[in-house]
Amino acid sequence: MAQLLAVLIDGLIYSSWLFIIAVGLTLIYGVMKILNIAHGSLYALGAYSAASLAGYWLKQGYPPMGSYAVMVVAAILVGLIAGPIIERGLLRFMYGKDEIVLVLVTYAVFLILEDAVKLIWGVDPYFIAQPYGMLGNFSIGDLTYPNYNLVLFGAAVLIGVVLAWVLTKTRQGKMLLAVIHDREMSGAMGINVGKVYFITFTVGAMLGALGGALTAPMISVQPGIGAETIVLAFAVVVIGGLGSLPGAALAAILVGIVRAAAVHYRPELDLFSIYLVMAVVLIVRPKGLFSAQEARKI
Amino acid sequence: MRVANFLKSFAFLLAAIPVAVPTLATADEKPIRIGLVTFLSGPAAGPFGVPAKVAAEAIVDSLNAGKVPAPYATKGFGGRPLELVVIDEAGGGTKQVSEFRNLVERQDVDFVIGYIGSGDCLAVAPVADELKKITILFDCGTPRVFEDASYKYVFRTRPHATMDAVAGALYLLESRPGMKNYGGINQNYAYGQDSWADFTAVMETLKPEVTVTTSQMPKFGAGQYGPEISTLLQSNSEVIHSSLWGGDLEAFMLQAKPRDLFARSQLILVAGEPYLHRLPGNIPDGTIIGARGPSGVYAPKSPLNDWLRTIYKERGETYPNYPAYSVAQAFLGLKTAYEKAKAGGKTETDDIIKAFEFETFDSPSGKVMMKLGKGHQAVTGTAYGQTREVNGVVTVVNVKYYPVERVQPPEGMKSVDWIKAGMKPGKW
Repeated sequence: MAQLLAVLIDGLIYSSWLFIIAVGLTLIYGVMKILNIAHGSLYALGAYSAASLAGYWLKQGYPPMGSYAVMVVAAILVGLIAGPIIERGLLRFMYGKDEIVLVLVTYAVFLILEDAVKLIWGVDPYFIAQPYGMLGNFSIGDLTYPNYNLVLFGAAVLIGVVLAWVLTKTRQGKMLLAVIHDREMSGAMGINVGKVYFITFTVGAMLGALGGALTAPMISVQPGIGAETIVLAFAVVVIGGLGSLPGAALAAILVGIVRAAAVHYRPELDLFSIYLVMAVVLIVRPKGLFSAQEARKI
Repeated sequence: MRVANFLKSFAFLLAAIPVAVPTLATADEKPIRIGLVTFLSGPAAGPFGVPAKVAAEAIVDSLNAGKVPAPYATKGFGGRPLELVVIDEAGGGTKQVSEFRNLVERQDVDFVIGYIGSGDCLAVAPVADELKKITILFDCGTPRVFEDASYKYVFRTRPHATMDAVAGALYLLESRPGMKNYGGINQNYAYGQDSWADFTAVMETLKPEVTVTTSQMPKFGAGQYGPEISTLLQSNSEVIHSSLWGGDLEAFMLQAKPRDLFARSQLILVAGEPYLHRLPGNIPDGTIIGARGPSGVYAPKSPLNDWLRTIYKERGETYPNYPAYSVAQAFLGLKTAYEKAKAGGKTETDDIIKAFEFETFDSPSGKVMMKLGKGHQAVTGTAYGQTREVNGVVTVVNVKYYPVERVQPPEGMKSVDWIKAGMKPGKW
């Protein structure tokens, strides 16, 4: 029983992290039909910026609790700077081209940003472990967890709820949904599609950076973290159905729980578990759990 | 997606063919070009790759200036200056094979010194023999390189990883003779699997009544270890063995410490030495630490050790860790072989190989003997100790040194067979 509970908690914590890193990716794909490989770099930029700024904050002796706000601000700054540069400076010239062209373009951006990270921060890792342990621990049975995990869980729920609310309850969200369903018709009806793309990409970039920023206190921030993460994020997005917000949430929970169960009961399956979920889901539903029905245009 | 259309748009650019520049240099003045392959990016760059690069550059400058203590006072290699061509090891074995071919066939290097990843060593070694290029593996650990194959052009100037497990188990049982169980967390690839297999085999041989509680094998670069830490906590392991390294080790330590894992279990990090100065506050006191040889904090005081510490500290902010010592062994071993061949009147590849085989040379870690793998694999003793943090600096205490015959199998015997046969000391 204690082990089952541990699987559930570990799974949910891991799911929260997966959802945070995947949600920006699925949002951008849903609206823009761009499989944004540079999402991994935005994650890395968020982690580096958070580590640098929060590290500076703590070094100056400012109130430690303020470091959480600094981490979030760092992620927003990354999104606000990198998002528009990538979208306005490059992607807008590529709209309408084949999806694979856009994959390669974002892959090129990923490679450029990976080197930019090394130029700016070097190859030595950055640590900001303090925010991870600063909130204390909670215990369930014989297991102890840092309360920071609750922050991750809360952040994932908050992001999911806010995005769902914006998409379904606000005018801008409905316009965005219209663009998702039919870009050409939306444009014909007076929606500024370019502006929707711009805002979506910037928000997506911000979410990617936020994933990195929230992860930074738990890891050593170093070159290559973006590449590892983008693979997982892709897997979650594909399982959930490309572009589906509830799909990403369900896929993150599924993968998180299955991986935790594998680690607890059959550690040798850990490596394979996420791909097992992906294989099973794609056999049953080739376009993912929540893929929308596509109308065929004649 | 019209992949075919897309591929049509690809153009592959050939790198400019190097143009031979006329020179007045004589053969003795012509620089010896050495390809240095080490991680400059990815999780292994910070703790391993970059310290090795920093050390290599400092060593080359010092060698070229003739400022290395005896017996290495001659400038360069036999008077010829050295020139480095540095390549990033990131990208995996397939990429490294291509990079190796580039180094040999296009960059025209005279020697290659490189490879931290065991997978890269296993991939590159056969190609080195195919291209007939002397290649020094300076850091990778898998014993399979010379236990499963034989190479003419490949040398490894650092002991293989069997000693990590053997000396680690010896140290552990000496410090905790009454231990009843242990668990492990190791990366799911060649080195992690080998390390765990060796350690469990040694424990089975030395103390068969000790049981294994759990074996966690997260993927290389996993980054998130929540479920693994929970499992280790619930396993109530007295001891946790780990060969994690790079960012994986750092992430694991950061995530495990707040969860009190180390308050419940004794931790042994067989490849932990490079992290001592990187994780103050996050390595619990008493952690058992290995360095695969008496390197880094375990290096004995000597003029060569003082030299390496001085030239490294001038370029880095810290003192050298064990990858820096590994790369020093590679350069000094190759210099010894080159100059021995030169003293015999010839420095052709076969002469250098002959001079290198079964050679013994001094290093900042002490004597290095090329005694395994038909004279191509180095052996040394090793050391283990336990961490203690004093004023924010992590040091080692309770250090014990183990001679080579206790921690390495003799020539002609595979590590796993030697361990299962009771680890009878060989004759060296």
